[in-house]
Amino acid sequence: MEHIRTPKVEQVRLLDRFSNKSIHGTLYLTATHLIFVESNSNNSASAGQEVWILHHHIASVEKLSLTTSGCPLVIQCRNFRVVHFVIQRERDCHDVYSSLLRLLRPVCYDELYAFSYNPKQNDQQREEGWQLIDLGAEFERMGVPCDQWQLTDVNRDYKVCETYPRDLYVPVTASKPIIVGSSKFRSKGRFPVLTYFYQEKKAAVCRCSQPLSGFSARCLEDESMLQAISKANHNSRFLYVMDTRPKLNALANRAAGKGYENEDNYSNIRFQFVGIENIHVMRSSLQKLLEVTGTRSLSMSDYLVGLESSGWLRHIKAVVDAAVFLTRAVTVEGASVLVHCSDGWDRTAQVCALGALLMDPYYRTIKGFMVLIEKDWISFGHKFADRCDQLDGDPKEVSPIFTQFLECVWQLTEQFPQAFEFSEWFLLQIHEHVHSCQYGNFLGNNQRQREELQLRERTHSLWAFLMSEKQNHLNPFYSPAYSEAHPVLEPSTLPYHFKFWRSMYHQFDRSMHPRQSILKTILNLKENSRKAESTLQALESRLQQLGVVPVTTSDPPAPPPTRDQLSNSHSLPPRPDSLILGAPINHKEVQRHEEENEQEEVGEEATESTDTERTVEGSSGTESRKQSYGELEGTYNSDLVKEEPAVVSLEFGVARMTC
Amino acid sequence: MEFAELIKTPRVDGVVLHRPFMPTVEGTLCLTGHHLILSSRQDNTEELWLLHSNIDSIEKRFVGSLGHITVKCKDLRMIQLEITGMEECLNIASSIEALSTLDSVSLMYPFFYRPMFEVIEDGWNSFLPQNAFKDLESMTDEWRLSEVNKDFSLCPSYPPLVAVPKDVDDETLKKVATFRHGGRFPVLSYYHKKNGMVMMRAGQPLTGTNGRRCKEDEKLINATLRPGKRGYIIDTRAINVAQQAKARGGGFELEANYPQWRRIHKAIERYNVLQESLIKLVEACNDQSHSMDRWLSKLEASNWQTNVKEILTTACLAAQCIDREGASVLVHGTEGTDSTLQVTSLAQIILDPGCRTIKGFQSLVEREWLQAGHPFQQRCAQSAFSNSKPRYEAPVFLLFLDCVWQILRQFPCSFEFNESFLVLLFEHAYASQFGTFLGNSAAERARLCLPEKTVSLWSWVNRPQELERLTNPLYEPNSLVIWPSVAPQSLLLWEGVFLRWNRSSKCLDEAYEEMVHIIEYNKELQTKVNSLRRQLAQLETEDPLLHTP
Repeated sequence: MEHIRTPKVEQVRLLDRFSNKSIHGTLYLTATHLIFVESNSNNSASAGQEVWILHHHIASVEKLSLTTSGCPLVIQCRNFRVVHFVIQRERDCHDVYSSLLRLLRPVCYDELYAFSYNPKQNDQQREEGWQLIDLGAEFERMGVPCDQWQLTDVNRDYKVCETYPRDLYVPVTASKPIIVGSSKFRSKGRFPVLTYFYQEKKAAVCRCSQPLSGFSARCLEDESMLQAISKANHNSRFLYVMDTRPKLNALANRAAGKGYENEDNYSNIRFQFVGIENIHVMRSSLQKLLEVTGTRSLSMSDYLVGLESSGWLRHIKAVVDAAVFLTRAVTVEGASVLVHCSDGWDRTAQVCALGALLMDPYYRTIKGFMVLIEKDWISFGHKFADRCDQLDGDPKEVSPIFTQFLECVWQLTEQFPQAFEFSEWFLLQIHEHVHSCQYGNFLGNNQRQREELQLRERTHSLWAFLMSEKQNHLNPFYSPAYSEAHPVLEPSTLPYHFKFWRSMYHQFDRSMHPRQSILKTILNLKENSRKAESTLQALESRLQQLGVVPVTTSDPPAPPPTRDQLSNSHSLPPRPDSLILGAPINHKEVQRHEEENEQEEVGEEATESTDTERTVEGSSGTESRKQSYGELEGTYNSDLVKEEPAVVSLEFGVARMTC
Repeated sequence: MEFAELIKTPRVDGVVLHRPFMPTVEGTLCLTGHHLILSSRQDNTEELWLLHSNIDSIEKRFVGSLGHITVKCKDLRMIQLEITGMEECLNIASSIEALSTLDSVSLMYPFFYRPMFEVIEDGWNSFLPQNAFKDLESMTDEWRLSEVNKDFSLCPSYPPLVAVPKDVDDETLKKVATFRHGGRFPVLSYYHKKNGMVMMRAGQPLTGTNGRRCKEDEKLINATLRPGKRGYIIDTRAINVAQQAKARGGGFELEANYPQWRRIHKAIERYNVLQESLIKLVEACNDQSHSMDRWLSKLEASNWQTNVKEILTTACLAAQCIDREGASVLVHGTEGTDSTLQVTSLAQIILDPGCRTIKGFQSLVEREWLQAGHPFQQRCAQSAFSNSKPRYEAPVFLLFLDCVWQILRQFPCSFEFNESFLVLLFEHAYASQFGTFLGNSAAERARLCLPEKTVSLWSWVNRPQELERLTNPLYEPNSLVIWPSVAPQSLLLWEGVFLRWNRSSKCLDEAYEEMVHIIEYNKELQTKVNSLRRQLAQLETEDPLLHTP
């Protein structure tokens, strides 16, 4: 609190990023949020728009030079929201600016929102939330331990590798001396361990960091370790070793005493470079991408050139290519694969997790996806604190590695619309909270640190929250039957299958999204059907009570092949709280009204790309438009909906379309 | 039959057909006057029937005596035929080449095609200008239907009946026609019911270098303005292009002579540039090299998406002038048969909910494209694979369909038709068994006696079984103006056309079916619930005692 110089500034303008529109309101600064509340100017009927920005979401604050209308303040957020305020008095602007500078750079974990966030749960509920994901049970599900793989307690006290979890799975033939020896020959002690077991072929996906081979160093224990992994799989005579780095990077590492496996020293390995770039390349790639897409009046040509030169989609494709390679090696050739990069916590996590997602339909369910993230990212020590800049740290450590993973998953959902239980809203929500520091899951860099922070005792789990909101994240087209028929996904990685993920990078730029959402429409329809089913039952039993045979029951409608109707039968889907997408970004954001009033907006390019056009846009049809919506709101004349008005969510303003 | 001499080898056995994402078929290849047929002569196997007119180009190569013929179609499909025997292969190839490049319209398949279905409603009579005018009359009496062009003498590319301001007589029209390119004097394109504003279209004014003016032209378009109101002239050419047109006798409206009009120039590409753009785009889509950079740079270099954005932007501008500014609009480019029609028809999609229905869209295509004189036969003579140098070819109509698809993507519940309908129109514009898209103008169609000698595409489409396939299950009539976003991030490559043959659409098709299923199941439930409700209500009114639970 002591950092807040001005808790409230009035007469602030919020400018739209891509058009010349702006709204007036008041800016509030709290210990956790920056809040903008639109003044209820002329339209008393609708509450003003509110924008809530969590301090942790703010990536940068920039004060631009004073203009005639005031002092501009530009805030860039990690969830790709960009807000542009104009504050009348420079003093106020400076106060907000310097308060934010301090607030957005917490220096210790205790300052993070997760430690003060209280979603009104008792301790037991919180504890249950943390127990939702159990990695021991997950390995059991894969069929581990088994005759070839066992749980080792070598890292019980984080002595062998402090960035690994306590529980690790290794081949039964790998003795402790081998493990310890191997770990000494690997960067940060991250020796090869099991991350996924493909039961059908008994093939294993293992992960580790690079060997400290330099130009000629060898380590017999490490060689035996790989031998043990190879031998644990009787289906294949060899083991793939995937170095996910470009060859050049791996070579350069040799000079620093690190490097990659020499095929001559390891028996029966097949070594393969994959060529995913490092965190620094990824960081600047995203930066370039955002620069391009943030341009006003962007031309198609500049957009496509920028998309290309940013390299972003090329990197996404590289990750998916690697995962496809891994998947083919395991599922088609039945070979075990050892994946590593430099430290084995960025590219390795991406490739292992994405590969497992392709191989195992379980990871394509909501619960399974949580397990996957918990396993390959959280427990194996992806440095979330550093990569997501949770504390004021080294900017060179920040990199959108996890964002890339989520995007790869999204690209797959586009190719396989029926294979995933979750929709893109789920991915967006996870992304939101990886950066929000509102839940404990992603705090810190590794398990050991998380235990020291006592996160389980002091914070809440995101997974429990997402589970409670499951309704919002379902993909209505999901078909378990599809997964049964296609347990292994074989995506095409031809370049044109990779698209720009507008819903992520323009999440908050409403004018760019489709004005009607198929996803939302179908979700609502399914919910509506569910209600109709129970209404139908009630009506039937009522009629039967009256001793009448219901006319239509002779031919009850065959329910569609839906799964888990049970879990959905109790409540309405909570209305997603914001955005054209309906993605529930932050509970506190209220944008519905804005959407009701504005959804008939022309794309900014259409109205304002040239001067001539701007003059044309002068007048406004707002009045009449509002009226026409008024007429529309009540037009959905189904009995069902009238009874349960909550279904008629007016998120998009265009009422009929959402029903 | 005159085709016989072109068919050197009518039949070859043991031909193997390769198609991407489909099983290979071995069978007998037959050439008829209009079709290439491949049949395995087994039950339950698909036969390939390909219209010769759909073939854009063929390539042949030999490996020993095994010949490979690659057939590239106007709908962008590519198939491969393996034919044993050099002579057979050469014969087949040259026959296909000859049959797919027939010059004479009257030899085209539509003149030979006999429908195998029952015509419920003759499409040739579905969208007569008289009927469209009746709708207009119910809204306003400021317009009249002129027969001044009834023998196509005034303007060869206009239909016999056109709507013009009531106060302008035919004599004036005759004078105006001499002042506009191709005789295309300003005519009504769209009447905006909400505020009575109109959109007109025309050819460029023939001002020439010395700034010729035509009082009658000024009078005609001023007659559409409300007192004290200004109008907008949207010239679809960049200002410098319009300037250059003066040297060839064309030009644009000078402010001095049209003080009540504001002129806006937009740069929409035309002719060869568009054809080049299509060729490059299709080339990029068929490049199977695995580099992302190459794909994106080729996509950019094709300029296709830029064209889409320009056209949509201009259409939004026209719609905005009408709906938001409350001003009348005149649209023209050079001839007024290409970019002009893209703009006027898209503006109507945006403004008029009627155009977003299946019938309404057919009517729009009929009015704004066929009747309005878009030279389909010239523009669609070749597609992206042709080796011959393009003359009049340009994917003007395909770009229009692409723009409609973009709007459909952004408002997926506001259109009665689905993507398949747009793809169908694309296919039939380039090659068809129906006569609808033959000829270049109403005059030519009349000369060819198409309504008597061929079947209309609409006769086929407007049957329940076809309509069902083309109907958007998500459709909920939306009476609003729909403003699309034209930010580059909002515009997508139309995969349904350009990647149609390069990807397996199985997963997407299944998801679509699932969606249809969900919607139908919901409808079914609603009906049942309602009928039970009624039943219960009836019981309750019959027996008031039942009210107590």
